[in-house]
Amino acid sequence: MALLQFLLETGFWVAMVRMATPLIFGTLGELICERAGVLNLGIEGIMAAGCMGGWMWVYLGGTLWGGVAFAAGIGVAFGLIHSLFTVFLGLSQHVSGLGLTMLGSSLSAFVFRMLLPKATTPPKIVPFAPLELPGLSQIPFIGEVFFSQTALTLLAVALVVTVAYVLFKTPLGLAFRMVGENPMAVEAQGLSVFGLRTAAVCAGSAMMAVGGAFLTLSAFDAYYIGMVNGRGWICIALVVFSSWKPYKALLGCLLFAAFDAIQMRVQQQAGMAIPYQLYLALPYIFSILALIIMSRKAAYPKALLIPFRKGER
Amino acid sequence: MRIEPRQAQSVARTVLALVLAVAAALGICSLLILWSGASPVQGWILMVKGALGSKFALSETLTRATPLIFTGLAAAVAFRARLWNIGGEGQFYIGACMAILLGTDTGLPPWAVIPYLFLAGALAGGLFLLIPTLLKTHMNVDEVVTTLLLNFVVLLFVNWLVFGPWKDPMAMGWPQSAPVVDAAALPILMAKTRLHLGFVLGVGAAVLIWLFMDRTVWGFEIRAVGANPKASRFAGMPVNATIIRTALVSGGLAAMAGVSELLGVKGYLTTDLSPGFGYTGIVVAMLAALHPLGVVVSALFVAMIYIGADAMSRGINISNYIADVTTAVSLLAVLAALFFTKYRIKR
Repeated sequence: MALLQFLLETGFWVAMVRMATPLIFGTLGELICERAGVLNLGIEGIMAAGCMGGWMWVYLGGTLWGGVAFAAGIGVAFGLIHSLFTVFLGLSQHVSGLGLTMLGSSLSAFVFRMLLPKATTPPKIVPFAPLELPGLSQIPFIGEVFFSQTALTLLAVALVVTVAYVLFKTPLGLAFRMVGENPMAVEAQGLSVFGLRTAAVCAGSAMMAVGGAFLTLSAFDAYYIGMVNGRGWICIALVVFSSWKPYKALLGCLLFAAFDAIQMRVQQQAGMAIPYQLYLALPYIFSILALIIMSRKAAYPKALLIPFRKGER
Repeated sequence: MRIEPRQAQSVARTVLALVLAVAAALGICSLLILWSGASPVQGWILMVKGALGSKFALSETLTRATPLIFTGLAAAVAFRARLWNIGGEGQFYIGACMAILLGTDTGLPPWAVIPYLFLAGALAGGLFLLIPTLLKTHMNVDEVVTTLLLNFVVLLFVNWLVFGPWKDPMAMGWPQSAPVVDAAALPILMAKTRLHLGFVLGVGAAVLIWLFMDRTVWGFEIRAVGANPKASRFAGMPVNATIIRTALVSGGLAAMAGVSELLGVKGYLTTDLSPGFGYTGIVVAMLAALHPLGVVVSALFVAMIYIGADAMSRGINISNYIADVTTAVSLLAVLAALFFTKYRIKR
């Protein structure tokens, strides 16, 4: 198996974790929304908006962390629109989400073209540098794979831990989960269904946007239109794959990125024997297969897609 | 403040809501024109002139509306049954692929070529949508994500075809397939324009779909299943069979958009045959409140925005992505407006 020699190289595993990072942000964000009972199909457009917004912030002279915060703010704005439509007005979560995806994708392309009309070769920024953590980064293999990433990757993993803790170990998390299972019970407890769902959608959307920003601020140094390229949709598949559990989501993202990294290496080594389009299609095919395998016993949050209106059964 | 369902719904109120929503969307997008430094009034005038101002402009708008009528109908039929077919883009290309597969050398009498290619394309598109639909009905797999992801797979497949086995050696190295036979080309309706028979076929399809949805048992079942699947099942309707029928019709319509565009405009397959007609079809369907005849009107409106935006971006210094933004904002505005036809907010 000379073909799989690369599995022994550290570089392959570093690439895997890097490629998993935007998916971790996106999947976690979608997971939070769905746990609270709101499907967020805006993810693809929100990631695109964060991707462009974060990059533009830095390109126009802002700091890298400022760019991340700006992207998160864009995410919250989109989350507020989605909440207004689906939580407050109780409209179709499918249509509102698709509308937001179209809005996010087109608006980011529009703003990019308006601010940089003459850009033929994409202008570049100085992205996040890999961390040098004294001690941790020196650990052989693990240190390189996990602690020589950029700060955003560590933030993503920290978010997984935080979200898992909040969702399953705190009263607030219980309320979030309950609002996605049985909103009437939440109402009976005197908690605000609207408030909880809006908070979840906004927090989740902010994470999606930061996932998009990772692409331009960390993985790459330039923005081009169409950069997100279906990653958002893959995140939605990964949420089902994860059974709405944060650690399983992390695992799913790493697994998915591993497949993606493998196909890239095999593609380099196998050359033209197999058409490259097949390799590019593999991530999407994997996602569909993962969905098929996990969907049979998928325990969707019971109130997912069902709007809540006071006094209406 | 609380939300209350309205007792009665009226057609007039729905139409009014749609018009107000589109007006609001244009208002919001005026801010973007202001940002570019031009006056919105001038921008919209340029847009209307660019889309309707001359015989050629009008023909271009009608040409652009043609595939949108088909993809809009595809989304409208599917969404009525709450089958979330977001795969119009993929089905479009499946139809176009069938047209090339069978249309470069048919051996049929010339009069039979066009109907044959439309039927074959529609069948392929319907069967293609059947994959995610059967996964939904039998294995509980969410069709939104599968239809979306299949779009990417199909586009890469087309990419492979036109760079690989189907690449036309006569095309000077351009990645495109060989052209279909002359008999397959859709007749041009207006001399010196690109407007082709596909537009008439699209309008005809809209009328047929309207009769189908409104006047047949199958159409009624589609609407009933969409409105309330549990009650439909309780009433003895074959829910799964209805969803499968819906998929065949919806996938077939989206594929016919691809056949029509290929036979009517280009004649050969490329990866840019559709600038997102499948996705825009969703907006078209929503702007029409999922009504088949409304789809024709909203397809014309959306086509006007796209053709007009090109003229606007030439006239004032603005990116033609303004068209995509305008349609997206219109979709959201219409979604909100239709809410007020069904509910009212009481203090």
